[in-house]
Amino acid sequence: MSAAQSAMNSDADTSARPAALASNNSLPIDYLLHLADNALVLGQRNAEWSGHGPILEEDIALSNNSLDLVGQARLLYQEAAAQLGNGATEDTLAFFRDVPDFKNYTLLELPHHPPLAGTSASDRDFATTLVRNFLYSALMVLVWDKLQHAPHAQLAAIAAKSLKEVRYHLRHSRDWLLRMGDGTAESHGRAQAAVNHLMPYTQEFWTSTQYESEAAKATGLDMASLQSDWNQIVDQALAEATLKRPAAGGFIPTGKHSIHSEHLGFMLAEMQSLPRAHPNATW
Amino acid sequence: MTLATTASASGAPQHSALEHVWQLLESLTDPEIPVVTLRELGILRDVRTAVALDGTELLEVVITPTYSGCPAMGQIEDDVYNLLQAHGLKGKVKTQLAPAWTTDWITPEAKEKLRAYGISPPHSGADHDCQTHSGKSNASGASSIIQFAARSASNPGRHEQLAVLCPQCNSDNTTETSHFGSTACKALYRCLDCMEPFDYFKPY
Repeated sequence: MSAAQSAMNSDADTSARPAALASNNSLPIDYLLHLADNALVLGQRNAEWSGHGPILEEDIALSNNSLDLVGQARLLYQEAAAQLGNGATEDTLAFFRDVPDFKNYTLLELPHHPPLAGTSASDRDFATTLVRNFLYSALMVLVWDKLQHAPHAQLAAIAAKSLKEVRYHLRHSRDWLLRMGDGTAESHGRAQAAVNHLMPYTQEFWTSTQYESEAAKATGLDMASLQSDWNQIVDQALAEATLKRPAAGGFIPTGKHSIHSEHLGFMLAEMQSLPRAHPNATW
Repeated sequence: MTLATTASASGAPQHSALEHVWQLLESLTDPEIPVVTLRELGILRDVRTAVALDGTELLEVVITPTYSGCPAMGQIEDDVYNLLQAHGLKGKVKTQLAPAWTTDWITPEAKEKLRAYGISPPHSGADHDCQTHSGKSNASGASSIIQFAARSASNPGRHEQLAVLCPQCNSDNTTETSHFGSTACKALYRCLDCMEPFDYFKPY
């Protein structure tokens, strides 16, 4: 993710920005970072499958999914950096912030396997990856659909592009949900275990933060208003996949409040080590 | 050619000068699909004159990404910039996101070139489709999303009703191998008649 090269001979979007800023400066920076961190963290997680996919097609699919998400993150970080000024760039925001700064949903930072004792490593579980992609894509289809009409011009433009991409991610992950759930006893069992493991984390979608409430005034998007549509997408897919939705309740995660699971630090350490060892390196 | 000729007395860009730049840019092809030009793919959006901060006039070439994370964008920017430099033109490359790129902007000629190159071209109407599906926050909005994803034979989604033609033998007896292909913009298909695998440019 080096913007250095493109910055040399392009002024991507900067000429349009002053006007957009002047009329839309009420968008909280934390909200842009929340959207960007979501995309980057899941993009990084899904990229862990590159070279390790269960079959070549899915290796490519998850790498492409990751490419889309990192691309969305870059656009959002660029916009956040422009609003922040003071030397911030997409790279400083992605690589030089730490766990207490990240505002992604906890769901997205979890490893690709069901819970284990301690932090012992495990093989990646394809069902966990695809169920998470389904739950997140189902949400973001609804979010980007709303935000593409936001008065903030650059956010609306990013949303319109991201919507097309995440619709495709939803289609891909939903197909696999059906294939695994309505498949063999082994695939059904793994898909159900993944649903049981991940579904409680989605409760974080519907809690509120200060920056989301402020953003809602600027964008018109009230997250709570999406819950029934999201439930409908999820419940219909689970029913077709012969999977059961676990009862709601229990722990509600706090990733978007920057209070994370033990897993994010390890992920960031791997993701950020190179730019931290070689600041401003280009290739 | 000098840029002094690109503005008429009224300040409006002179048509022929910018037309010349369009012609120069016609030599630039997509880094990953070298048989089609940036203009034919709809990546090249505009060529216009702009005023730099120091008050001088310069060319501005506007491009738009296909996918947010398209790794070819950096190469495309460099290609455009280097072409302007090589012809002694003072200019810059501007990337704009809106309106979002759609495969409907790919010209009919380019679609034919894609087919000859072995890539099944996208169906038209992708943009309209997307508009239709971006529903309001009600049950029908969610339903249309589900409809899009539904792929069973008894309940074909909108896209499944359109046959993807094999670029080799033109058969419509084809099947999707993978939603994703060799680049972000393509899916993998296989022809059940001639048995050749091929790329399908996703309607987007």
